[in-house]
Amino acid sequence: MKCDLREKDISGCGLTGIINKKGKRFGGSEIKKSLCLMKDRGNGLGAGFAAYGIYPEFEDCYAFHVMYDYPSSRMEAEEYFRANYDMERIEEIPTAPVKSIVIKPLLLRYFVKPMKDKLTPGESEDDFVVRTVMRVNSGIEGAYIFSSGKNMGAFKGVGEPYDIAEFYRIEEYEGYIWTGHTRFPTNTPGWWGGAHPFTLLDWSIVHNGEISSYGINKRYLEMYGYKLTLLTDTEVVAYMLDLLVRRHGLDIRTACSVLAAPFWKDIDRMDGGPGGERDAYTALRLTYGSALLNGPFSILFGHRNGLVGLNDRIKLRPLVAATKGDFVYMGSEESAIREVCKDPGRVWAPRAGEPVIVEIER
Amino acid sequence: MFTSLAPPEYLAAIDHEKCIRCKRCIQNCGWGVYSWGGERILIDTSKCVKCLRCYHYCPTEAIQILDNPVRFKSNAYWSYHNIRNIKKQAETGGIPLSGMGSDLPYPILFDHLLLDACQVTNPSIDPLREPMELKTCLGKKPSSVAVERGKDGRLKLKTEMPPQIKLSMPFTFAPMSFGSISLNAQKVLAMAAKECGIIMNTGEGGLHEDLLPYKDNIMVQVASGRFGVTPDYLNAGVAVEIKIGQGAKPGIGGHLPGEKIPLQVARTRMIPVGTDALSPAPQHDIYSIEDLRQLIYAIKEATGYKKPVSVKIAAVHNVAAIASGIVRAGADIVYIDGFRGGTGAAPIIIRDHLGIPIEHAIAAVDDRLRQEGIRNEASIIAAGGIRSSADAAKAIALGADSIAIGTSALITMGCTVCGKCYTGNCSWGITTQRPELTARLDPEVFAERLINLMRAWNHELKEILGALGVNAVESLRGSRERLRGVGLDTQTLDILGVKPAGM
Repeated sequence: MKCDLREKDISGCGLTGIINKKGKRFGGSEIKKSLCLMKDRGNGLGAGFAAYGIYPEFEDCYAFHVMYDYPSSRMEAEEYFRANYDMERIEEIPTAPVKSIVIKPLLLRYFVKPMKDKLTPGESEDDFVVRTVMRVNSGIEGAYIFSSGKNMGAFKGVGEPYDIAEFYRIEEYEGYIWTGHTRFPTNTPGWWGGAHPFTLLDWSIVHNGEISSYGINKRYLEMYGYKLTLLTDTEVVAYMLDLLVRRHGLDIRTACSVLAAPFWKDIDRMDGGPGGERDAYTALRLTYGSALLNGPFSILFGHRNGLVGLNDRIKLRPLVAATKGDFVYMGSEESAIREVCKDPGRVWAPRAGEPVIVEIER
Repeated sequence: MFTSLAPPEYLAAIDHEKCIRCKRCIQNCGWGVYSWGGERILIDTSKCVKCLRCYHYCPTEAIQILDNPVRFKSNAYWSYHNIRNIKKQAETGGIPLSGMGSDLPYPILFDHLLLDACQVTNPSIDPLREPMELKTCLGKKPSSVAVERGKDGRLKLKTEMPPQIKLSMPFTFAPMSFGSISLNAQKVLAMAAKECGIIMNTGEGGLHEDLLPYKDNIMVQVASGRFGVTPDYLNAGVAVEIKIGQGAKPGIGGHLPGEKIPLQVARTRMIPVGTDALSPAPQHDIYSIEDLRQLIYAIKEATGYKKPVSVKIAAVHNVAAIASGIVRAGADIVYIDGFRGGTGAAPIIIRDHLGIPIEHAIAAVDDRLRQEGIRNEASIIAAGGIRSSADAAKAIALGADSIAIGTSALITMGCTVCGKCYTGNCSWGITTQRPELTARLDPEVFAERLINLMRAWNHELKEILGALGVNAVESLRGSRERLRGVGLDTQTLDILGVKPAGM
């Protein structure tokens, strides 16, 4: 019944993503170049990257990227990790000195495996990790797990895209999916945790827009035990996907038609016979009405098996996609794609609410 | 003859210069205020209730109805109505009654809540150019849905969906029985419900056969008197409602006097003509939550699990826990009636002093059902003094699935909220069974007005959603982030889950 007095973050943004459909890894220089082109879409108050396939030597471990505001937060979090996880490695996230980045949190990464005896009966390792993320992010002052997937990682902070890329030495990593984000917050607390991507397990979200239905989306997720702590509506998307895909077992295309649901007028035109699609889409809208993401957005979400681009159902934010060979590109602007792909085979603007789903061909 | 020491509330006055002696006022007044004196109209102003029927039907605007300037000496503590009620009780030994919801100046939370709107960072949406969805379905929802994607890429539903009431807008008409209101008034509700794609509710008086053509837009009610309840009745509409209580008179039953039970009402209620129709305070087979569960499932058995079952309760102090029990007892819909809710007749002392406002109740129930992870198990219908589409939008933002409208609907039929429904003399033909009065309410004419109101509120709700930058009502439902409180204390804000304006 307590009202959460934290403010919802509002921001405009630019985003870009590249995937190699064969799962072949490539360096971070392209995503950096693509993102840095969209100068007008950010104001230097936040940028970030997500990359998949960057930790092959620890592919069985959850890679926790954690930022700490105070040494005491680190002590408390590590005590919790040690009690619940086998720790394969603890290290500082490698960074390079960048002139413009003066104030920064302590950045650590942990390659961990949950201790079997800590799982409650019927709980999967993923469930346990989600519980850890919720507990640390909402319960330990100044500690934020901002990446928690396997063989992937998020890198983000307050700064221009170029500076953040330099700071995290993005070009030194190799991944098969990359996403990038530059931010234009209008009421930022100037906080590193508020930059994109947002992640949970191996879901990573970069998002341009404002979710006008945030209030109910948040309350809906809370009913399922999610704690929204990162002061932004983008977090909603990450948790919503986790709920719909991992916990409720919907495929990604179906999950997209929950997040950007078809209009009733379109559902009414579907096959209304027994076992027809109308029944399925009606049931989805009735059941997941509170999961509908309303308001302007374009999002890219990555997961270990692919990359998805999605617009809100009346396309109030831009999203462009292109293909070339084994590569698929998506971005806020066509220019951001052409910056790294001079001669794309096909370029198109996905329709409102229609997802672009790219899967790794293994 | 004894004259009451409680002076008349209103003064009916006729300008005899303007009066053309047409006697229409005599004919129109259901209260017997006017009579013919041979040369001019005579007035018994003590009978006047200020329903304004005579005023509207006077062709020369010769009539004025004034608040009686003769009042007891003003006193901030001993109000006019306190003194008046004591005098009346001293004279009669009775319980003063009233129709309609409480008119006392308790704080109105709706008037301390403001809705959000979009500027720059998220665009507003123009409902005249873009689709704007108000479709609402009431009933239990599963917590998740299983679907299967076929080889052709088409989705197939694997989950069995519970029955739903489909509404084209998030409104229903509140239960008002045949007996408390006239058959013509019920017909207005039924015709408007059909045209608007929503539902009306029979109330506890049974279902008159004239309403059968509208059965797809009717919820039937089972209350403590069990009037007119048969298997056919239960299966006639789209849903069944068990009435536990009413916002205007929580904890007490009903009494429709024999004078309001002519043949048609008697037949529909299945009781003898002219007998008092008594609805006991509790349902005599429900003395606990487990009894309620049995009745819910008895009704589900009788209707083949094809109709959602609603349980209507008055908003009382412990409403959240009660609602949670009702949902766990198997109800598909919880109908909450706030203390401002209307009535055909209630003791004033009950109406004005029992229960809580609907705003608090919605917030408390929605919170509790979410905390317990069962919000999807039932829809919430909120009622009790919804005066405008803004009240409705705020109630939805607090957590209601749909809004029930009673008083507002009656106002479209001519009602002026005079509060004398219990007398059976309604000059507008609404809360009366006197044939010469009910004949005035032409269902087709007044259905059109009620349809106009619903269309207007529908448009207004769309404008509100558009300003909020969302294009489906489910994105407003429970989205308290889009509300701000003005002039509310911290504790009230906490209960409502709403931030103060400026935050």
